[in-house]
Amino acid sequence: MSGHDSKYFSTTKKGEIPELKEELNSQYKDKRTDAVKKVIAAMTVGKGCSSLLTDLKELVYLYLINYAKSQPDLAILAVNTFVKDSQDPNPLIRALAVRTMGCIRVDKITEYLCDPLQRCLKDDDPYVRKTAAICVAKLYDINAELVEDRGFLESLKDLISDNNPMVVANAVAALAEIQENSSRPIFEITSHTLSKLLTALNECTEWGQVFILDALSRYKAADAREAENIVERVTPRLQHANCAVVLSAVKMILQQMELITSTDVVRNLCKKMAPPLVTLLSAEPEIQYVALRNINLIVQRRPTILAHEIKVFFCKYNDPIYVKMEKLEIMIKLASDRNIDQVLLEFKEYATEVDVDFVRKAVRAIGRCAIKLERAAERCISVLLELIKIKVNYVVQEAIIVIKDIFRRYPNTYESIIATLCESLDTLDEPEAKASMIWIIGEYAERIDNADELLESFLESFPEEPAQVQLQLLTATVKLFLKKPTEGPQQMIQVVLNNATVETDNPDLRDRAYIYWRLLSTDPEAAKDVVLAEKPVISDDSNQLDPSLLDELLANIATLSSVYHKPPEAFVTRVKTTASRTDDEDYPNGSEQGYSDAPTHVADEGASPQTSSSNAPYAATRQPAPPPAAPVSPPVPDLLGDLIGLDNSAAIVPADQAAASPVPALPVVLPASTGQGLQIGAELTRQDGQVFYSMLFENNTQTPLDGFMIQFNKNTFGLAAGGALQVPQLQPGTSGRTLLPMVLFQNMSAGPPSSLLQVAVKNNQQPVWYFNDKISLHVLFTEDGRMERGSFLETWRSLPDSNEVLKDLPGVVVSNVEATLDLLAASNMFFIAKRKNANQDVFYFSAKIPPGVPFLIELTTVIGNPGVKCAIKTPNPDIAPLFFEAIETLLKA
Amino acid sequence: MPVAASAIYFLNLRGDVLINRLYRDDVGGNMVDAFRTHIMQTKELGTCPVRQIGGCSFFYMRISNVYIVIVVSSNANVACAFKFVVEAVALFKSYFGGAFDEDAIRNNFVLIYELLDEIMDFGYPQNLSPEILKLYITQEGVRSPFSSKPTDRPVPNATLQVTGAVGWRREGLVYKKNEVFLDIVESVNLLMSSKGSVLRCDVTGKILMKCFLSGMPDLKLGLNDKIGLEKESQLKSRPTKSGKTIELDDVTFHQCVNLTRFNSEKTVSFVPPDGEFELMKYRITEGVNLPFRVLPTIKELGRTRMEVNVKIKSVFGAKMFALGVVIKIPVPKQTAKTSFQVTSGRAKYNASIDCLVWKIRKFPGQTEPTMSAEVELISTMAEKKSWTRPPIQMEFQVPMFTASGLRVRFLKVWEKSGYNTVEWVRYITKAGSYEIRC
Repeated sequence: MSGHDSKYFSTTKKGEIPELKEELNSQYKDKRTDAVKKVIAAMTVGKGCSSLLTDLKELVYLYLINYAKSQPDLAILAVNTFVKDSQDPNPLIRALAVRTMGCIRVDKITEYLCDPLQRCLKDDDPYVRKTAAICVAKLYDINAELVEDRGFLESLKDLISDNNPMVVANAVAALAEIQENSSRPIFEITSHTLSKLLTALNECTEWGQVFILDALSRYKAADAREAENIVERVTPRLQHANCAVVLSAVKMILQQMELITSTDVVRNLCKKMAPPLVTLLSAEPEIQYVALRNINLIVQRRPTILAHEIKVFFCKYNDPIYVKMEKLEIMIKLASDRNIDQVLLEFKEYATEVDVDFVRKAVRAIGRCAIKLERAAERCISVLLELIKIKVNYVVQEAIIVIKDIFRRYPNTYESIIATLCESLDTLDEPEAKASMIWIIGEYAERIDNADELLESFLESFPEEPAQVQLQLLTATVKLFLKKPTEGPQQMIQVVLNNATVETDNPDLRDRAYIYWRLLSTDPEAAKDVVLAEKPVISDDSNQLDPSLLDELLANIATLSSVYHKPPEAFVTRVKTTASRTDDEDYPNGSEQGYSDAPTHVADEGASPQTSSSNAPYAATRQPAPPPAAPVSPPVPDLLGDLIGLDNSAAIVPADQAAASPVPALPVVLPASTGQGLQIGAELTRQDGQVFYSMLFENNTQTPLDGFMIQFNKNTFGLAAGGALQVPQLQPGTSGRTLLPMVLFQNMSAGPPSSLLQVAVKNNQQPVWYFNDKISLHVLFTEDGRMERGSFLETWRSLPDSNEVLKDLPGVVVSNVEATLDLLAASNMFFIAKRKNANQDVFYFSAKIPPGVPFLIELTTVIGNPGVKCAIKTPNPDIAPLFFEAIETLLKA
Repeated sequence: MPVAASAIYFLNLRGDVLINRLYRDDVGGNMVDAFRTHIMQTKELGTCPVRQIGGCSFFYMRISNVYIVIVVSSNANVACAFKFVVEAVALFKSYFGGAFDEDAIRNNFVLIYELLDEIMDFGYPQNLSPEILKLYITQEGVRSPFSSKPTDRPVPNATLQVTGAVGWRREGLVYKKNEVFLDIVESVNLLMSSKGSVLRCDVTGKILMKCFLSGMPDLKLGLNDKIGLEKESQLKSRPTKSGKTIELDDVTFHQCVNLTRFNSEKTVSFVPPDGEFELMKYRITEGVNLPFRVLPTIKELGRTRMEVNVKIKSVFGAKMFALGVVIKIPVPKQTAKTSFQVTSGRAKYNASIDCLVWKIRKFPGQTEPTMSAEVELISTMAEKKSWTRPPIQMEFQVPMFTASGLRVRFLKVWEKSGYNTVEWVRYITKAGSYEIRC
């Protein structure tokens, strides 16, 4: 049965394009047919055939005409062919002509299209009419005015009364789409059209039924009686084998149910909807996923529908993970006092499966059930305890996190289990679990005999803990102190407060510590009232949608919106591109650009690990320049969407600025919004062996600014201005650039090395602006950092092993060795040697920072694969973190 | 908006485009690159079949060694899109003679483009019935591109049939012998706890029909389902005949079945498509006869030894037998040596799936063969986590047995020429996901 088309894929090399061209113009029909196939094959695999464009234009037609197998005459202009074809005696060809013309988005063709389209809308043959109906929607997309002027909308509305069901269905689809893109009322469903369409429903193809049901779901019934009537006529659709028909019918029934007042009718409808919804779960996994996401919405509105069907949501061992996750979510929603025992048995089973994410979710599900069902809480807790006893690390951690929530929900009820929890104390390594455990210790300090010992064990590593854990430790220690004001806790609180105020640069932590400190020192009783106050009771509202959002999502059942659980506006960008089809033919050539450059994880909200809050007390944090205000772009909710949809260069570097000065834009350290209109961009650079602070001032205020002065705070390297700031008076709307020479070792700060550079800038018109910048260590690498092999080895040996610091840079890829070496050399990191170790390459470099501190660097990586291991040896290993930061920036550049 | 697709792509496992068809220009031609870099080349593949990247959403399905990807930028009907893909694949299979894989696509790409053009217009699915499409989209060009003899063979009424109320059957069919074959195929899904209690159990069944009937026949099918029988006795005011009736939880029908009539009269009446099709699907949860009982005992003797004993009971009639019975008993990864004793069939250890596989080709009813195995394990130091036992899985087929007890009571055929028809009915029960936790 199979054909032999695969050979066309193998014969199109770039050099053969002239050959193809020749073949296209061959006088033999066979050869031409072959050539067409070859070009289509080349297009598919993404080879550039744009040089054939002139031939291609014909080609598209040729291909299509060839397809109809009845119009061999290529000499006639394509449009004429189409117009002629639209009057062909064969209805298939008439339809083909209209369909194809609608697809070719060239204005000229559109004009020619009108007359044939007008004719085809009134064609005798239903096949032609159904094609023409869709064609109106195509034309509306290209030129809405033309459609309205030529009265196509009226003709389309007439087709709703057509005697052929498929024509009706397509006309409805076209009208619904046109309505969606128009602000004027075009397609209003009256009770008359409604009943006509409901009748057509019985005779339509399955897809036609979907079109009609989707369009009708917008209809608002006048009263309960009408709603009941509609529902009665739609209910049979629930028995359809096509899942799309079923879901659209469910959508329509749910919409009308809102109006129905009779509880009997509603109960009856719920009973009728349950089986078809359950049946959807025996479809393909992808369809199951869509169904489950929708069922999730449905049970939030009408929990009774599936209240007795919880068993069907039990996970099968081989279900794909996305199906399992959704089933779990629905099981939590359907869990009740009646079925909780069964559900808990299931959850417990899942908690021993292989997939870590699924296991975690299962454990969390147990906790959520405990919070939801008061009477089952005890059973839930005993299951959690059983799981903790298995001692699988991530299960224990997850269990502790949920138990903390259970304690919040039912205070003073289940504290007897704390002893068991404390047994697994030392296995905790995730911040959230640690923080939860510490919260529990602090909250119940008076019941845990050795609470102080437990907390003390955490305190040892206080400076290394993540912020979340530090905050909990601080609060827990204060609680402990307030509950047991003995000597031990008193010492602990001193240590913690000291750690949290002096030794940290996390403002949240520092502020909280200061508040506690002051509270404790002024009025310990007040502190008790504040810190040990009764907490409001929590409830499980995770994954519950807001009612108005739920309404909107339910009106969108079966669509993307219901799968994402987001309203359509949140992800549909209505940017209409008006590029013509001929431009599109070129895309394979351009396929390299675009996505690879786009940041991969912008869409992953909240995944950003960076804590920029350390800069909060100062006016500004480092951030990319705000996009220029000039090009008015539609509100695009998703940053990535913007990057993919549009040319992103404009968003990052204002086009006019880039054109004005060839120097690359500087990172903005003081945005105009905080600087009352003054924007400052700045960066440390190294030029000709000297460090400069390159600055760009932009005056967006209404007045001229002058008298600029600059001051640097104490910093690790004692960087300070080597001269006065030379900025002329800035007129409104202008900008000025300057290079400020910097000197080292002027005003050095004590304490561990830090890359923080605090800067103050003032002028005669405005208050003093403070901002934070970062010292990139590589700016300080001196030109004399090169070492000979011998001295490198010698230095390496002479330094003790304790001076060696290691760090993995997982996100870095070295793909081109030469380029990387050049790049590093440009920053005064000098290549010494290279060796191979298994499949890895090991590189050695040297560098030096003032006052002559050498760095011996070893980079280990697999070329082309992500992940670089960086080891350095230096007499001053304290600076290592700064070094790693610098090299990561360099390698990622 | 019932739009199902703005563009559709067929990719092979490497991510090469085999077929692309843009239906609307609201998505860029190179969106497929985003799919490749953000889904195919990451661990995200297989974590969620609906994904948003930038302003576009991607729905994808893997079918053999091909990914079918649908791209949209509007709030499209996802259910419709996935169903379209499923149906389209069925259509291609019927054109290619069964196979749908990379080779079949490469060999038939012109045909696929033709079909894609016909089955979807501007993102709206059109008629996908193979029966009708084969009337006017033929494979001739594909089979022999060199013999381009004029094929202007008139296709009478093709267009009327595409759009007609009976858009799945063409007129003027003539068969010498009018035959109908009915296959009732049931899959039993079971999840049993280690203690032997049934956690969930249901049967999903389908009635497959093969019709070789002349003209435009009207068919009516009667089953021994409760609602249908009650309705019938009501209409004919005759008491229900005794005998087993079963309660169907849910039924879905092929588009040829008149749903309104089913709703009011509870009769399944239809004009069937020609050839093979799936008439209906049903689901039953009450009163399921499980064909097999599995009684496993697995003992872990210390860290290096396990003892597995499994007894299977067949609980269907002694005269019947099951075919192709396979029982898969999971064992830990570090299994080193196994020894078996079986009273029937053959057992061996399959290391690639970490299972003991016990096969019994022919399994008579009312018997209970056993298997006992000793498993030796390599002791590993790193084994911190205890072994999580996956469930025992079972495969089988039992001909002439229905787990639900469903029976075809009658199949009536009316045609205006009044010919006689021969009806053949077969029953078979298969294992769906038949899992026993241990």
